[in-house]
Order: sequence, then C-alpha cells, then structure tokens
Amino acid sequence: MRQILLPDGSLDGESPLPTDHVKRLFEAMVTARRYDHKSISLQRQGRLATYAPFEGQEAAQLASVAALAPDDWLVATYRDAAANWAHGYPMDLLFLGRVGDERGGAPPEDVHCLPPSITVGAHMLHAVGLAWAAMLKGENRVALTMFGDGATSEGDFHEAMNFAAVYDTPTVFLCQNNGYAISLPVARQTRSESIAAKASAYGMAGVRVDGNDPLAVYDVTREAVARARRGGGPTLIEAVTYRLGAHTTNDDPGRYRTSEEEEAARRRDPIVRTRSYLEGLGEWSRGWEDAIETEAERLVDEAIERAEAMQVPDVEHVFSAMFETPHAGLVAQAEEAGR
Amino acid sequence: MSERTLAQAITAGLDEALASDPSVMLLGEDVGVTGGVFRISDGLLERHGADRVVDTPVAESGIVGAAFGLAVGGMRPIAEIQFMGFSTPGYDQVVNHVARIRHRSRHRFTAPLVLRIPYGGGFGAAEHHSESWEAIYAHTPGLVVVTPSTPHDGKGLLAASVASNDPVVFLEPIRLYRSVKGQVPDERYEVPLGTAAVRREGRDVSLLTWGAMTKEVRQAAEVLAGQGIDAEVVDVRSLVPLDEETVLGSVAKTGRAVIVHEAPRTAGFGAELAARIGETCLYDLLAPVQRVTGWDTVFPLKRGEHHYLPSVDRIVAAAVDTMADA
Ligand SMILES: Cc1ncc(C[n+]2csc(CCOP(=O)(O)OP(=O)(O)O)c2C)c(N)n1
Repeated sequence: MRQILLPDGSLDGESPLPTDHVKRLFEAMVTARRYDHKSISLQRQGRLATYAPFEGQEAAQLASVAALAPDDWLVATYRDAAANWAHGYPMDLLFLGRVGDERGGAPPEDVHCLPPSITVGAHMLHAVGLAWAAMLKGENRVALTMFGDGATSEGDFHEAMNFAAVYDTPTVFLCQNNGYAISLPVARQTRSESIAAKASAYGMAGVRVDGNDPLAVYDVTREAVARARRGGGPTLIEAVTYRLGAHTTNDDPGRYRTSEEEEAARRRDPIVRTRSYLEGLGEWSRGWEDAIETEAERLVDEAIERAEAMQVPDVEHVFSAMFETPHAGLVAQAEEAGR
Repeated sequence: MSERTLAQAITAGLDEALASDPSVMLLGEDVGVTGGVFRISDGLLERHGADRVVDTPVAESGIVGAAFGLAVGGMRPIAEIQFMGFSTPGYDQVVNHVARIRHRSRHRFTAPLVLRIPYGGGFGAAEHHSESWEAIYAHTPGLVVVTPSTPHDGKGLLAASVASNDPVVFLEPIRLYRSVKGQVPDERYEVPLGTAAVRREGRDVSLLTWGAMTKEVRQAAEVLAGQGIDAEVVDVRSLVPLDEETVLGSVAKTGRAVIVHEAPRTAGFGAELAARIGETCLYDLLAPVQRVTGWDTVFPLKRGEHHYLPSVDRIVAAAVDTMADA
C-alpha cells in the first residue's frame, strides 16, 4: 500500500506537494468536514433529505481531485460532495439537490461534473464514455470516476473496467474502499486480496494507496491522470479509507460494527494526520485552523442559505426538462396538474 | 391475533416461511445483520442462521440470477431488492430467465422464487427511491404480481407467494409499511393470489386502486359519501392474475370507474384496466372511465412531490366528474 504521510504525521519519502499546497488541501478538508457536519444537522432538522456523510474520506476525495485539470471530468456518487465541490460544483447546488430540488443537478457550464450518481455502479460506465468521447474528439481530457467498495460487485463495474481497457480510454477509476457497503464489510463483498488486484484481470494498472494520506493519494492520482493523458490507458486506484459516520442519516452503524473499531479508525483521521504534519513543519497554529473553521462556517452557512432561498418550484417545474420541446400530451397533463 | 403494522406483518410472514420450510431462504443487500434498510427481516438472521438469511454483495443481477439458480435447484428463495429503482440491473434476469424458464423448458424447470421489492414515493426520498414500476412487471409474461395494502394481506399474500410454484413479484408499498395497522392471525393463512378485495361497498362509482394509493382512495370515498356519492373501493392487489370477477364486476354494477395509481399514466396498469373495462363492460358504463395517476415525468424530488402524487382532491374531482350525468 502506497503511503507517504504516515499516521503519526511523519513522512516516508518526499512530499509530492509544496507546503502551501498541502495547506490549501488542509483548508479544503476542514471546510468539507464542516459541510458534512452541517448537512447532518440540517437533515435532523428536516431541512435536507437523507444525507450520506463522508467524514473520514476527505483526503481520498480532495487529494485525488487536486490532481485533475479543470476540464477533466469527475463522475462521482452521493457520498462525494467534497470531491464535487473541489472540482467546482457550487456548494449551494450540492445542498439544493438534498433539499429536494432537481436544479441541484445542474452545475454551471464550466463545471465538468455529472450530477452525483445515486444508483450504485452505473456511472462508472459514463466515465468510460466521457473519456472515450474526449479521445475521439481529440480533447486532452481525462475522466475520473469515484465509487465505493460495494460498487465493485455490480456488473457495471466489470463492464466499465473492461471497456476502458479494451478501448484504452483515459479513465481513472478511484475506488474509495471505506470498509463497508451499508452494513456489509468489504471482506464479505469480495474474496479478492484487494480491490486494486482486480485491475490486472482487465489488463490495466492497479494501485492501492492509503486513502487517508493526502500526499500519497495525490501522488498516485497524478500518475494515473498523467498516464491517461498521454494515451497510456486507464488505472484502477483503491484508496483505503474508512467511513467514520453512518452510511446515511437513516443508518445505525451500531448494528454492524463496534465502537472500538470506530475509535481505532478515528486515530487514522486524515485531518488529524495532516495537522500533525503541518505542525511538525511549524506551519500550523490553533489560530490558523480556527480562522479556517470560521471561514468554512461562513461559506457553508451562506451556501445553504442560498439553496433555501431559491424559490420553491411550481408545478411547471415537474413537467419541464422532460424533452427538448414538450409534446402535446405532456403539455395537457401539465395543465391538468395546474388546475 | 396480533396487532401489526404492514412491515411487522411481512416480517412475521417471512419468519413463518423460514420456520416451516427448510428450502426457504432470504437473500439481498443488508437483509441479515441489519435486517434490511426497512428492517423487514429484523431478527431473522439470529433466528434462522446465515445460510438461510444471506447478506449479498451489492449486485442485483447477482441476487436475481442466483435466486433463479437456487430456485431451479430446489430451494425456495425470497430475494429482496432494496428499492424498486434498483431492480433494473436484475430485470434482465427476471424477464429473460425467471419469467420464461417454465415455458422454454415445457415445465421441466421452474423458478419458484419470490422477488420482494419496496416501491412508491411520498416520503421526500432521494432520486430512484420512489418509483412505481408495477406495470413493467405486470407486462412481463410468466410473473405473478401482487401488492398488499393491509397487514393482513401482507402476511397472507406472502404465504401464498412463497407457496406458489410460479415466480411472484411481491411489491411492498413503502409509504404503508408503518402507517397502516391491523389484526393479523398468528397462525399460517393464505390470501389467494389472483383475488381482489372490496374495501368499501358502494353503488355509484368504482374506485380501482392498489398499494399505497388505497389510503387516499379510501379517504376520497369518505369525502364522496359526504357529498352523497356512494363509492365502492376495490383494492386490485393482484395485478397478475387479475381478479376480473371482482374488479370488472364492480364496474359493471356501478357503471362508473375511476382508476387511481401512483405510476405514470401512459401505459400504466390503469390503461390495462381501462381496456378490460372497455372489452367486457362497455355497455354497462354510464360515464367515461377516468384515470387519476402520476404524470408522465420523472418522479419529482421532495419539493415537487406533492404536485405529482394523486391527491384526495384529484380523486374526488374525477369521481364527481363521472357522476355529471347522474
Ligand atoms: C444499483 C443500486 N443498488 C442498491 C443501491 C442501494 N445502496 C445505496 S448505497 C449502497 C452501498 C454502496 O456501497 P459502496 O459502493 O461501498 O459505497 P459507500 O456507500 O460505502 O460509499 C447500496 C446498496 C443503490 N443505490 N443502487
């Protein structure tokens, strides 16, 4: 397993990132966690629909996206709000989707993210197609797709890996192995020695990385993106991490794992690790982190405010965007519904 | 007799099926350790063991395809899909294998499995968690398709489904899981497949529905009663085979029909009912058949959901409309 930043905050080898860049990653991780905690509390207040927390997976999501160019595609899941946000998906729109408004699925023109995928597995193939299209159009673009360990059991995972390898599409498969698919531990999801090991069966590169180590995640993603960009084909990255929270706000992890296990996982928290690293360099202070927290709170609060301030859609909204131009039958139904 | 919710009644039915027949097994995502996302199989792993209550990998084609093999191989699997929106990866197995093995092997092989699928919206869920695709399954020849709307039917229809030598798609209305309660016999009993239930007798208009919509339809019938319209409420409950005697008999009697379903209108199961009414009791009709349905749109997220689901008001208005010439 590739590691650079060890759990105690020391380095094994050299950092692939200059310190100011690591500091920006730290800021992003702290901000994302604020978003995560806020989402859970908003859900409890009935202001958001079911929410899937990503606490503990910030390094896997943010350090990998840090290796993408703005024009690269990101095709991620319900759990990857941090990644989408880092790739330009406005936070208010991420909230809006959870408020229960379809407009949350429409990122701005210059943001190359598909709306978060709720169905497990299907979207990996979309990343293959997007990368393939870029290749055919001579665009120098890579598509990175994120998915969980559970998703590797869907047939679509197999088909996506195989297509990507057969057509040599510039696709990066990033599996966040967070230990569980709802209640099922990864050991009962697959008998493969690792998820990365599956890559060789498809004829592509596979690499296993400590997903709570932002430096190593960045490093392996950068390599995979570079390989894809120069026509070297797809890569499967397994980022080994842990979902510190519940599967969703409807889930009770106490039914399938122990609090000892959770506490042990907390000691591998990517934020703690990055903090100790920066502290060791003399680049961290309580005051600095407090300032990041304050700014994060402002950013997150403003985003949810903007989302909630968006006018509640009328009946027209339900019927719009079904076709380029609605046909007569649908128009008639919309009129009926409006009565 | 015990007072149970629909969810508890299905749990009791699963427990009984597992206890009474060693070839019955339950498989699906998270059905074991957590008892499923709706806790329907809560406690069954502890009672019946990990060989009989199986947590599967996240793979719907795997669940249905393996259940097919298990069924052909002599087991009686009850497979669970987490939400109807996720049933499609398994649908290829359903349409091309489960539903046709008896026919293509001239009875040599059969797949006596039950496919349990929670369905329907109305709880502000995320995308893909609110679908009502019963018509897709009803349109798949070779499948029995049932959906209980009362705790009594939850247990009794399940018993009949497990006993069936034909594959049964057992659709569970999510919105009713914990919102309906009723008396359920503790001993085993069957509600026969292929039977509808008249929930309220009436002379003026037949309200035909199934699943979660039975709730709004019953309420609408009370509102109509207040307006002097005596509505009959028919819970179709078995889409395939259809109890024509009860369903069409009701329409022949009242001369008016309002069909209510949550699914989109076009090619919904209501269209099938309307066609059968036209075929068999057109001359009994006193007014055109009305449909009150979901729209031909994607199921809306929370903010738009109330525009989509058939409301008591819409049902009442449609029924009143059929009475215009009375
Ligand atoms: C096709 C499909 N099947 C089932 C589900 C229900 N479901 C949502 S998340 C999930 C577990 C996925 O686990 P994993 O891929 O490991 O990702 P994680 O949730 O841990 O991030 C399941 C079964 C779904 N959304 N889509």
